[in-house]
Amino acid sequence: MINKTVKNAREAVADIPSNCMLMMGGFGLTGIPENCISALLERDITGLTIVSNNAGVDDFGIGLLLKKRMVKKMISSYVGENAEFERQLLSGELEVDLIPQGTLAERVRAGGAGIPAFYTPAGVGTEVAEGKESREFYGKMYLLESWLKADFSIIKAWKGDTAGNLIFKGTARNFNPMMAAAGKICIAEVEELVEAGELNPNEIHTPGIYVQRIFQGKDYEKRIEQRTVSK
Amino acid sequence: MLTKDQIAQRIAKEVKNGQYINLGIGIPTLVANYIPDNLEVVLQSENGLLGIGPFPTEDQIDPDLINAGKQTVTMAKGSALFNSAESFAMIRGGHVHLTILGAMEVSENGDIANWKIPGKMVKGMGGAMDLVASADNIIVAMQHCSRSGESKLLTECSLPITGIRCVKKIVTDLAVLEISDQGGFVLKERAPGVSVEEIQSKTAGKLIIEGDIPEMIFE
Repeated sequence: MINKTVKNAREAVADIPSNCMLMMGGFGLTGIPENCISALLERDITGLTIVSNNAGVDDFGIGLLLKKRMVKKMISSYVGENAEFERQLLSGELEVDLIPQGTLAERVRAGGAGIPAFYTPAGVGTEVAEGKESREFYGKMYLLESWLKADFSIIKAWKGDTAGNLIFKGTARNFNPMMAAAGKICIAEVEELVEAGELNPNEIHTPGIYVQRIFQGKDYEKRIEQRTVSK
Repeated sequence: MLTKDQIAQRIAKEVKNGQYINLGIGIPTLVANYIPDNLEVVLQSENGLLGIGPFPTEDQIDPDLINAGKQTVTMAKGSALFNSAESFAMIRGGHVHLTILGAMEVSENGDIANWKIPGKMVKGMGGAMDLVASADNIIVAMQHCSRSGESKLLTECSLPITGIRCVKKIVTDLAVLEISDQGGFVLKERAPGVSVEEIQSKTAGKLIIEGDIPEMIFE
């Protein structure tokens, strides 16, 4: 087995340059690579383009990278709940490309799967369709959307092994598996790292072929955005 | 006039046994509280869960288990978890039978606007464009008029649209309406104590009134 292990988050993100394209897993604050975000904050880099469904909140997740002015552009489906994001966007410091969530997921999946473009019904007749090729199939209109790829994808899983095989928990899976495949270099942080052979191959969600670096993270905060309980 | 809970309660009557359903944020989320116990339905959350259960108790809270509104949830018996690409494959593939969502405006041909107000901070469309472009049956839950009293049922949407010709039914605080294939809002039911004239005066788009319009009944 090829050993993909690196020592920690700092080592995993040490060679990420300014002005590159990153993908970051997570939906809201669930399943985000907390350790790598902290390690990126210690790096002196700027001009990042980040593909992520959301942009974190003011003081957690990608919001921290925004606050430090490391981000040039966000490619996301929903970016609410972040005042600093709004300020930078309105002042023109930050660009944002808003994409329907299913189209975003499929563009990332296509990038990892070697499919350069595909047709989808989402956005037909809306401003999302502007400048895009549209075509009718079986009596319904569809838009042509292209793949997304990244220089680095940074993801978070529950368990992983030294060969890079990953298992996710709950709804923390979200965009992480597709991003693993769509990054030239995929960095995976996991809550529990075990030796190759210890995970049941029947239960692997993301095969290690997509993962180039893996490490066991620590001190997960797992902040909750909307703590909602039964009455 | 109906309360938000009564709008949800009325929409719950549209739910059929065996359906897979996606509920949007706001009033649609409340629909889950009114689905009769004798119906077997599965709620889909587009962030990767089939089988949304009730909100957790304090000791059940799991930060790795949220719905698309980022609220903590539990899993119902027989749940399944999956990634976001698979989730939208279910939606686009027509496997989700019913989508219930909120709107800022609906036009008489079934266009919906619910993601963007010019001049205000754009937060994004999330999964709404994928959902409205794909579901066979889309029901909108909303107030009949905006806070400033403007009708939200229009000839054409004035706000940037989320999807075209997709809404089938609308339940507002005043009425239940269906979109006619030929265009127009077909008035089906009135909220208790609300007259046809009031609904007519608050509907800017073409309102189709055929025969007597019954009042909604709440048990």
